[in-house]
Amino acid sequence: MSAPSHAAHQAPKSFIWKYVFSLDHKVIGIQYYLLGLFSVLVGMSLSLLMRFHMVNPTASLAWIGKLWPTAAAGGVMTPELYLSLMTMHGTIMVFFVLTTVPQGGFGNYFLPIQIGAEDMAFPVLNMMSFWTTFLALVVMISAFFVQGGAPLAGWTGYPPLSGAGPLTGPGEGAGQTLWIISIAIFCGASLMGAINFIATTVDLRCKGMTLMRMPLTCWTWLVTAILGLLGFAVLLAAGVLLILDRHAGTSFFLPGGMMINDHIIANHKGGSPLLWQHLFWFFGHPEVYIAILPGMGVTSQLLATFARKPVFGYKAMVYAILSIGFLGFLVWGHHMFMSGMNPYSAMAFATLTMCIGVPSAIKTFNWIGTLWGGQIHFTTAMLFALGFVSLFVTGGVSGIFLGQPALDLYFHDTYFVVGHFHMIMGVAAIFGMFAGTFFWFPKMFGKMLNETLGKIHFYCTFIGVYCIFTPMHLVGIAGNPRRYADFTNVEYLAKLIPVHQFMTYAAYFTASVQVIFLINLVWSWIKGPKAPANPWNCTTLEWSVPSPPPHDNFGGVHPVVYHGAYEYSVPGAAEDFIMQNDPTPLPSGD
Amino acid sequence: MLLAPIIWVLTIGIVYFFVAKTWWFPPPINQHGLDYDAQFMRTLIVVGIVFTLAQFALGYVIAKYRKNGGKASFSHGNNKLETLWTSATAILFLGLVVMGTKIWAGVHFDEAPPDAIPIEVMAKQFSWSFRYPGPDGKFGHTDLHLVNDANGDPFGLDPKDPAGKDDLLSGSLKVPVGKPIKLIMHARDVIHNFFVPELRMKQDIVPGMEIPIHFVADKIGIYEVPCSELCGLGHFQMRTTMQVMSEADFEQWKLQTAANK
Repeated sequence: MSAPSHAAHQAPKSFIWKYVFSLDHKVIGIQYYLLGLFSVLVGMSLSLLMRFHMVNPTASLAWIGKLWPTAAAGGVMTPELYLSLMTMHGTIMVFFVLTTVPQGGFGNYFLPIQIGAEDMAFPVLNMMSFWTTFLALVVMISAFFVQGGAPLAGWTGYPPLSGAGPLTGPGEGAGQTLWIISIAIFCGASLMGAINFIATTVDLRCKGMTLMRMPLTCWTWLVTAILGLLGFAVLLAAGVLLILDRHAGTSFFLPGGMMINDHIIANHKGGSPLLWQHLFWFFGHPEVYIAILPGMGVTSQLLATFARKPVFGYKAMVYAILSIGFLGFLVWGHHMFMSGMNPYSAMAFATLTMCIGVPSAIKTFNWIGTLWGGQIHFTTAMLFALGFVSLFVTGGVSGIFLGQPALDLYFHDTYFVVGHFHMIMGVAAIFGMFAGTFFWFPKMFGKMLNETLGKIHFYCTFIGVYCIFTPMHLVGIAGNPRRYADFTNVEYLAKLIPVHQFMTYAAYFTASVQVIFLINLVWSWIKGPKAPANPWNCTTLEWSVPSPPPHDNFGGVHPVVYHGAYEYSVPGAAEDFIMQNDPTPLPSGD
Repeated sequence: MLLAPIIWVLTIGIVYFFVAKTWWFPPPINQHGLDYDAQFMRTLIVVGIVFTLAQFALGYVIAKYRKNGGKASFSHGNNKLETLWTSATAILFLGLVVMGTKIWAGVHFDEAPPDAIPIEVMAKQFSWSFRYPGPDGKFGHTDLHLVNDANGDPFGLDPKDPAGKDDLLSGSLKVPVGKPIKLIMHARDVIHNFFVPELRMKQDIVPGMEIPIHFVADKIGIYEVPCSELCGLGHFQMRTTMQVMSEADFEQWKLQTAANK
């Protein structure tokens, strides 16, 4: 299991090979992180415009008129612009933030170091994977600038809306085509990354790093990579078929007998709109776990580190991660209870969906078990990890309503769903990223982040996200459909507008406090105090090397691992933590 | 440390809004709706307890086990506890699904009764149309080439088919109270969704598929039908109503509509 030398490469000298087309997993990890940071700012801005429009549908803003001279002529946003913003918000957040940062960013940087490897198994593939992702982002954003603007079919891109060309609406011409092409490119990038993560974990673990000694972060990155490998392959195929339907006259998703916008569609016959939904959600549901699993890993790692206790039920945690990964591929149908698919299959999908709730509950119990009897250090990183647990519970329990086909009869496509998935896949996952940032920034940049700014940012964000997303459940219960540009055309929605106004103000507040985080990042990077090698007294291998680590991670030494990942407060030990590569045997025996 | 009271306050706040029901379901208008609400309340109570306990426990450990210079207890876990909470969660979650099965079955496994009134639904960007078979009980033949939206015929009724002569068209749904209704749903262009909150029921309408649903509405009134599947730029405006009428009013409405043809 020792690292073969083919993974190692010489430290590059020139700027372009060191910082642009770098083969070093650490540089690539930072590149992914910055790409995600840019994307999250774009995605968040789009959501603010959406929230503004929902409660001010007729307001005119001169600068919006300048940005979108056609879709917001005179500065008033049109419903189609709202839907474009919504589509791009969802797409950018899901693909370029939730998928890239936890895995491509932190996973890239820390998986090799945590398992004692010098680099990823395929450094060139790693570099290509990042630049392919970058290309996908450029293509995605370019959809804003073509004739008709960005697509309006939502991040799920259901045909026929997304498959029949510009007849179905503005943005459904070139914009939708670019959207599909971007997704296909992204799938390619993710497949390259997934292969690399799996090969690295399987082949490059250092001596003594058995699977059951791996930090839980590594387990989540491994399972996420397996989900990516199986999921993105299917989405890629679906995307190619959709492009063929749009431009090559095939009919995979388009049935016969359609009449769109007064035009009879004569050249399509025999396709099935439901086929797209099956393919999309076969990817789309595992994608939820791609977004959240690494956050679970980080949370486990941080709760143990800052409670100074071993992870409660490490093995149960590993089995929970594995069963979430496995069951994640068997529940896609719960997105389709109302789609017109065979209603008997709903029973199977519902049963499996409830089953996948069980390992999620196990993880929550074990997190509380980890904290129980601990000595909790309230660092900003720890606060975000604790916030993750709270948000994970809140976002998780609403799934118990939605997973029942009977209750989905009302809740499907209401704001209840929007509240649910934003809580769990959106903000819980983002709290995982914040936790990871505050925990690992010292290692990545050699500087400590400011704790005071960090705590202000945490408390404001924590309260802010609850204020945005909890009321969504309530308007959902009142029957508010999602993806509505405004609420003035349905009478019973009028009484919900004040709630929407509250959510909009909460969104402005939460977005503006993110400035504190950005200032903290930049200021600490330039002026922050120098980070020691192990500021948190943590056990895993990345804290055994300098901050930041040398080019080959371990300075030519091949690390050897003697202990499990979370030996904190071992009775009889000199200190309250025993590093994984510490050769002294555990006082109580290993 | 501040986090513990914040979590508690947020939890109490959330629970308050689910108890106060300031923003809540409209009242149901049939037995299915009552059954639905009962299942919802069962789930809400279970979920409410789980949610409150979990958040309070989290707040408790945060408050109780803050750093005090002592030593953390050392434990790698407890297999008995793992087995206990795994099986408890599994029984709870699966139990809820099983209890909801009858409601789902009532909507989707049971066929509409033979005497159900058939009504055809046509959804298109961005309007709803409904077709009644007329006294002969038969829908006439339709053809897309004969569609005349401007004249109020999005179905494309074939004037040569005698069965279609007495078909009635309407832009809103009218149904008699207490009678089984069977909607036969079609979409012409993209996917739409038929949703009546008071019926506690919704269904996607998919081009190329014929999707039936059936229900009984027991309370006279006018109920809104907002499209509930993204269908394009006018999605938020795609609204119609379902009017539940006394049987006499319904017959009267049919006669009047036929006379105005």
